[in-house]
Amino acid sequence: MTGYLDGNMLAGPLREIFAVDVTAAVGQCAACGTSGSVGQARVYADGPGLVARCPACGHVLMRLSRGPERAWLDLRGLIYLQLPVPGGGAQD
Amino acid sequence: MARAAVLGRLTWRVATVTALREETATARTIVLDVPGWPGHRPGQHADVRLTAADGYSAQRSYSIASAPDGQRLELTVQRLPDGEVSPYLTGTLAPGYPLELRGPVGGWFVWERGSPAPVLLVAGGSGIVPLMAMIRARAGLPRPPPFGLVYSAREPAAVLYGAEIPERAGRDEGLRVRYAYTRRTPPGWPVPAGRISAEVLDAAGWPPERAPSVFVCGPTGFVEAAAGLLVAAGHDPGRIKTERFGPTGG
Ligand SMILES: Cc1cc2nc3c(=O)[nH]c(=O)nc-3n(C[C@H](O)[C@H](O)[C@H](O)COP(=O)(O)OP(=O)(O)OC[C@H]3O[C@@H](n4cnc5c(N)ncnc54)[C@H](O)[C@@H]3O)c2cc1C
Ligand SMILES: [Zn+2]
Repeated sequence: MTGYLDGNMLAGPLREIFAVDVTAAVGQCAACGTSGSVGQARVYADGPGLVARCPACGHVLMRLSRGPERAWLDLRGLIYLQLPVPGGGAQD
Repeated sequence: MARAAVLGRLTWRVATVTALREETATARTIVLDVPGWPGHRPGQHADVRLTAADGYSAQRSYSIASAPDGQRLELTVQRLPDGEVSPYLTGTLAPGYPLELRGPVGGWFVWERGSPAPVLLVAGGSGIVPLMAMIRARAGLPRPPPFGLVYSAREPAAVLYGAEIPERAGRDEGLRVRYAYTRRTPPGWPVPAGRISAEVLDAAGWPPERAPSVFVCGPTGFVEAAAGLLVAAGHDPGRIKTERFGPTGG
């Protein structure tokens, strides 16, 4: 599969759920331990929902699917997400 | 620029088309008035949603082309002949029409206007759009860092912002521009048409020793190739930010 986009494109769909920009957050892959910005993940958008994979090992980091009144977010591929929070001098 | 990070969750807004500018035979700039637009940072994008009468809707991302300017926003869209959304935006849409959008979004592929580092911009096709927002925003600064732009297009007729870029290169101090062509070159062009090369990237931009911030944007295959060449040339992968537009993107 070569038809992927960058994690950047998750910014809109995730900002519909969260009040901060998750694509600028740093996360660690549960499979290989690589840390990186969510904006650097590889996003596959051609199936149902959005699937973000680790750029280093290809493991699924995150899945997001959206129904009419509900969103499902599966984060089991991430050990942690380190988020910029307001009030600490961070920008969105 | 300690703008608060929290603006609440993001919802769709209705913008109004105020003007249209044809950039090439297949691409146009859409000028929008967006009530309540909170401002944006160069490199960010917006999601656009079209909804049919039967309720079916399609969403696509479009980079913001304009520098921050109040409620005014510009997008530039390249038509994909058999696409679902881009033919509407480049064909049907007319001044006065509403357009639903959500944004600005994306905090990763962003040029920080306070950053002193030199900047290398590498565009393939319509990948020039968010980089143009950076070039335009740079022009408003008193002491901007030097910028190098490498812009790879199919052919001369496919070049976006064809008048503005050379004009800025002649006027904005510290802005260097190099073109490359993948299918057809202008007459007498010294380099044959072809894929982006290490030589073009090197000649136009900043060597790895200068530690430039690098932004690469365009169709997925182009971004892959250009980012690969930059890393092979010694650029720190941690300083290279990419934005893939998908299989085509012009
Ligand atoms: C963050 C981001 C920013 C973007 N910014 C811009 C921008 O500023 N300007 C802009 O014009 N676009 C931009 N894009 C691309 C844009 O979002 C759409 O993908 C594009 O406009 C096509 O949408 P469409 O509905 O017309 O085509 P679709 O209905 O999506 O049809 C295209 C489909 O056909 C296939 N396809 C068609 N032609 C080809 C081909 N030649 N080779 C391979 N597959 C093909 C593709 O797989 C694709 O799924 C951006 C994308 C992202 C992710
Ligand atoms: Zn991994």
